[in-house]
Amino acid sequence: MGLLSDPVRRRALARLVLRLNAPLWALPVAWLERTMQSVGLEVYTQSFSRQLPFPDETHERYMVSGTNVYGILRAPRAASTESLVLTVPCSSDSTNNQAVGLLLALAAHFRGQIYWAKDIIFLVTEHDLLGTEAWLEAYHDVNVTGIQSSPLQGRAGAIQAAVALELSSDVVTSLDVAVEGLNGQLPNLDLLNLFQTFCQKGGLLCTLQGKLQSQDWTSLDGPLQGLQTLLLMVLRQASGRPHGPHGLFLRYRVEALTLRGINSFRQYKYDLVAVGKTLEGMFRKLNHLLERLHQSFFLYLLPALSRFVSIGLYMPAAGFLLLVLGLKALELWMQLHEAGVGLEETGGGSGPSALHPPAQGVGLTSLVAPLLISQAMGVALYILPVLGQHVATQHFPVAEAEAVVLTLLAIYAAGLALPHSTHWVVSPQAPDRGWMALKLVALIYLALQLGCIALTNFSLGFLLAATMVPTAAVTKPHGPRPLYAALLVLTSPAATLLGSLFLWRELQEAPLSLAEGWQLFLTALAQGVLEHYTYGALLFPLLALGLYPCWLLFWNVLFWK
Amino acid sequence: MWASFICWWTQDQAEQFFRSGHTNNWAVLVCTSRFWFNYRHVANTLSVYRSVKRLGIPDSHIVLMLADDMACNPRNPKPATVFSHKNMELNVYGDDVEVDYRSYEVTVENFLRVLTGRIPPSTPRSKRLLSDDRSNILIYMTGHGGNGFLKFQDSEEITNIELADAFEQMWQKRRYNELLFIIDTCQGASMYERFYSPNIMALASSQVGEDSLSHQPDPAIGVHLMDRYTFYVLEFLEEINPDSQTNMNDLFQVCPKSLCVSTPGHRTDLFQRDPKNVLITDFFGSVRKVEITTETISLQRDSGIMESSHEEGQRDEELMEPLKYAEQLPVAQIIHQKPKLKDWHPPGGFILGLWALIIMVFFKTYGIKHMKFIF
Repeated sequence: MGLLSDPVRRRALARLVLRLNAPLWALPVAWLERTMQSVGLEVYTQSFSRQLPFPDETHERYMVSGTNVYGILRAPRAASTESLVLTVPCSSDSTNNQAVGLLLALAAHFRGQIYWAKDIIFLVTEHDLLGTEAWLEAYHDVNVTGIQSSPLQGRAGAIQAAVALELSSDVVTSLDVAVEGLNGQLPNLDLLNLFQTFCQKGGLLCTLQGKLQSQDWTSLDGPLQGLQTLLLMVLRQASGRPHGPHGLFLRYRVEALTLRGINSFRQYKYDLVAVGKTLEGMFRKLNHLLERLHQSFFLYLLPALSRFVSIGLYMPAAGFLLLVLGLKALELWMQLHEAGVGLEETGGGSGPSALHPPAQGVGLTSLVAPLLISQAMGVALYILPVLGQHVATQHFPVAEAEAVVLTLLAIYAAGLALPHSTHWVVSPQAPDRGWMALKLVALIYLALQLGCIALTNFSLGFLLAATMVPTAAVTKPHGPRPLYAALLVLTSPAATLLGSLFLWRELQEAPLSLAEGWQLFLTALAQGVLEHYTYGALLFPLLALGLYPCWLLFWNVLFWK
Repeated sequence: MWASFICWWTQDQAEQFFRSGHTNNWAVLVCTSRFWFNYRHVANTLSVYRSVKRLGIPDSHIVLMLADDMACNPRNPKPATVFSHKNMELNVYGDDVEVDYRSYEVTVENFLRVLTGRIPPSTPRSKRLLSDDRSNILIYMTGHGGNGFLKFQDSEEITNIELADAFEQMWQKRRYNELLFIIDTCQGASMYERFYSPNIMALASSQVGEDSLSHQPDPAIGVHLMDRYTFYVLEFLEEINPDSQTNMNDLFQVCPKSLCVSTPGHRTDLFQRDPKNVLITDFFGSVRKVEITTETISLQRDSGIMESSHEEGQRDEELMEPLKYAEQLPVAQIIHQKPKLKDWHPPGGFILGLWALIIMVFFKTYGIKHMKFIF
């Protein structure tokens, strides 16, 4: 295939193969155990292994196995009923050594205090988020993602809150906070407010989405910057990826944040003492809590670190968009009803009984076929890429990951050819009004899906609604077909993904060229599938099994003969 | 003339003796909030407890209700202490705090049962308010409150109407002679608006619509230690000793708006005596009145008008000076521990010996010839 003819990709593959032969980086488990014990914690380890559905491009192996190391600081005078977690994810490509150092220093400092009422767990995980997921599943004694993890020997009570730390250098110019988690879940806003308060107290520079807060909200600059930050948050939340270990904690309703130290070219730098003070303050405040964080919002959007938009303000927007679908469906229902009444009136003169049953019977059966076929395409899109990767690699010179992505794209494009090939399935007696019934069903299906998605992950629901609702409402077989076809293709889920990638990089002030954007798109597709299998991210199944069949129905409506 | 003057003076003394009309004192001190960040409410109650105990009310006459244990809370960096001043100047927990109702026992129902006396027979004596019609009762409440209610433990509330009715029950059962009600919460004045029983005086830390503010946080402990109103009341009470003559008008002036930010209020319309005649120790202390007299004093029902029946006896007896209170301990000096002027006494033998040794060594070292520079 053309991909391997690209010299860049050939070189990348060669490098990967070379790395396969070299000894792989592993977590220094023994050293960590010794150091944590010398600090005075109760140290335990946990091993895990995971069979990946297809080898990830960066790791190039099917089986990932590792060891997590964690130390528990027991509260001196309290029963170990509640705990807090400070976690540092480690992996071979991103060195998080400074964070491990800070973790050990904090552990030593915390060990000398007597005012802890909750246990504190200091967790170092291997393989980034895979290790975190393994630890969390073993801690809560569930098996959600099919990872094989050894049971935990040391436990510390219900986790009230967690903070994840990622530092790449020993001086930082600013601290970036990530709140979006798996499937768009968010921590309680109080935790973010806590972080922001300590940033202000310590005079630390804190950013959200990599952007500083604008001071000037009276002129246009402030709101514009806020809008950019808000859009970035919407895009990140819609992707449903866990942007850090905190995203995996949120599934168990443990409020968590990820703090990233950024070392840019600013002149004023903070050393780790300042970061450590912030963390100490946060943990001490969390220690004072007697209940889980529940007073503030769980669903919000952030234009800035100290401003938020609550769900009561933004949900009506999605509601109005879905109302459009509902109104269009109502209009179609009225038109169908009039057509039925019109048939009655004309057929009233000549044998009404002969006309009625066939007219309605044909209407229903003509709907079932497109529905079933679209849904079958969706199922094929969900199952075939991963299932058929070995077959694809046998016949084509591609790696497994590329095979999966290419199969995805192939099935997606094959769906576009459906209306031309499935017309023989549909009964030839299908009346001209059949497309109205199909569109009615498709509109209701889309409205239901988008409504459910908007309730759990508002950003995803709104993004899809904003792109798909207008075209879905105007699609009909009459009128300029090429224009409608182009419009429908441009608002299909895959095109929305591509467009949002470009928008995301544009907002981060690192715009992409077309080729780069296409590569990023392919990577995003592979990551989406991989994350569905490893963490249970729902974007891939939602798009493949839910929205793609729905979109195909509209494509069928457009090409109705 | 002299005789009649002496008579009048004696009767005046007697009038003073029975001025307040109470014979025993009780205190009901209630802290209604739990959780570590309500440390200051427990500190408030304990500081009033400390003052009241210091001024003489024994534990058997104090009902102390604390909704949470701050001294032994795992979050307390100084275990077994509750501080009221920052920099840990004053530990109000001490060694002999007797808490009668603790933790989840502090409920509205238990509080009202204590006040009205409707207590199950199995209740121990320390948990009962065994007051009679000659008792002066001090009731101090603190916690979180609002317009017309006080919150107990995050789960229930007592309204001002319930409280007023409880006091009326107490009056009808003759469970108090006079009652002083102090409340330190937000919008505290709303709690005494509905009282309608006689002989009640009430003080509150803030008016309706105002919040009572806390005093100062301690950075080592991490919470606010006291509320402003009770802090200044505590400072005021530290100056009181059992024979102080300070009266209620001074207590009304404690914590003006400049210090307290909120406006403290008081209510005296139900009280029969003039507040300037009411001593602080009438409620906060347990002052026993003892007067030795050899005269017979005939008392009328109305202490305002007293017949002088002495004139007959006066002719028979000699003129004697009326005797005053028996010689009491110099309480002011003991409490404030001002440096007393002790009589000088020669130093003990050990000190003499030590000094002799030092002087000997000195002269041995420097030689006797230096003595002439001294003498």
